[in-house]
Amino acid sequence: MSAPTSDVVVTGLGATTPLGGDVASTWEALLAGRSGVSRITDDWVKEFPAQLVARLASDPTEQIDRVRARRLDRSQQVAVIAAEQAWKESGAADAGVAPERIAVVFGTGIGGALTLLGQDDVLEEKGPKRVSPFTIPMLMPNGPAAAVGLAIGAKGGVHAPVSACASGAEAIRWGLDLLRFDRADVVLVGGAEACVHPLPMAGFAAMRAMSTRNDEPERASRPFDKGRDGFVLGEGAAALVLERADSAAARGARVHARLAGAGATADGYDLVAPHPEGEGAGRAITAALRDAGLSASDIGHVNAHATSTPVGDTAEASAIRNSLGEHVLVSATKSQTGHLLGAAGALESVFAILALREQVVPATANLDDPDDDAAVQALDIVRSEPRKATLRAAVNDSFGFGGHNIALVFTTA
Amino acid sequence: MASTQEIQAGLGEILEEVAGVAPADATPEKSFTDDLDVDSLSMVEIATAVEDKFGVAIPDDQLANIKTVGDAISFIESNQG
Repeated sequence: MSAPTSDVVVTGLGATTPLGGDVASTWEALLAGRSGVSRITDDWVKEFPAQLVARLASDPTEQIDRVRARRLDRSQQVAVIAAEQAWKESGAADAGVAPERIAVVFGTGIGGALTLLGQDDVLEEKGPKRVSPFTIPMLMPNGPAAAVGLAIGAKGGVHAPVSACASGAEAIRWGLDLLRFDRADVVLVGGAEACVHPLPMAGFAAMRAMSTRNDEPERASRPFDKGRDGFVLGEGAAALVLERADSAAARGARVHARLAGAGATADGYDLVAPHPEGEGAGRAITAALRDAGLSASDIGHVNAHATSTPVGDTAEASAIRNSLGEHVLVSATKSQTGHLLGAAGALESVFAILALREQVVPATANLDDPDDDAAVQALDIVRSEPRKATLRAAVNDSFGFGGHNIALVFTTA
Repeated sequence: MASTQEIQAGLGEILEEVAGVAPADATPEKSFTDDLDVDSLSMVEIATAVEDKFGVAIPDDQLANIKTVGDAISFIESNQG
């Protein structure tokens, strides 16, 4: 086994999100402070306490051929859209990489819930013979990864980490390992989620995890703010192309940033509640720093997980403060995108990379009155408007129900 | 009772909906798998749609014998109510 010392770089980015149908429009909307959150107007929502959602800005069925789209769950559609953008941008397809050396790691939190629940309706109404033969390949949690693998012709292994809202970040960590251990030459990584449906909405609402600020959709997702009352469910996907620095340089690829390190821990505390002081989260950040060979003072920016839940945000603030200190600039971009669950870690990594590349830190929307929590008060959370900064390294952290913690360290190209 | 022509047209609509086959390509001599790129799962969908449209159920053991558009037309023709 070769020593895990190879530098890994990011050579392609893709996304379809509540802020835009691609990376450029999403980033522009993010910096402009626009919100992707709206109130659901369907009849079914009337009895729901939480009625907000961050829908895709661009309908995926308008970006994918109709016949192809009808065989793909919405979570697979967004995965393929983001992946094809990243793949095209990277130019890897023209680099002559053998398909056997191309791998995919693509996560999801919920998987094909729309297909599962839609086909359950068919079963109830019309009987078993009317259930679609595509039901299983559309609902399986490896569905987005498999669809992406087919789309880019990857034969070097297709993997699907499932760790709730850490899945997208976990995919990036797996991709890093695959390259370090020379199991592939190019790895397309990312996360996808599309589960806006009454059942997941009811389930999250029953956990009291969702914002009920129904009359103010754009103000509802407010990480670290005293008035926060839960997350807003979002949908979308983001993808990154990773490869070793030497081979990327050899083919003259554009490098957005380096993926310098990753850390993964588990809370070992509770199935859903985060450790109150973010003990496991902080350990993940520290592990990622060590993996990257950096120290806390090197990190200039954290794109926080910060979902806008009362307990999660303060636990994370403690984790960031304890592991990195108080000098880092913090962004909580879910204030504008909503929470993309299994895609969140991938999308927020894209944001962390763009912040490094452009040397500008996105603002946290709706942070009018920071929580009294000591760690929240101590952190430099960027708000009101994006801030120009000299950044060399950034952290993206993601946490998932189940106590999963992933931290990733990116550095400038 | 649908005429042969009506069956071919109806089958063409199904093939376009399910598998994106251009209506002009759905001619009797065409093989579903070799010419029209219709896979086995899509054949299941086509069978369901045929039952909806023509009231003709295609049992699984018969479905395996339907190789061409012409085979499907003949099966519907000889089994419609």
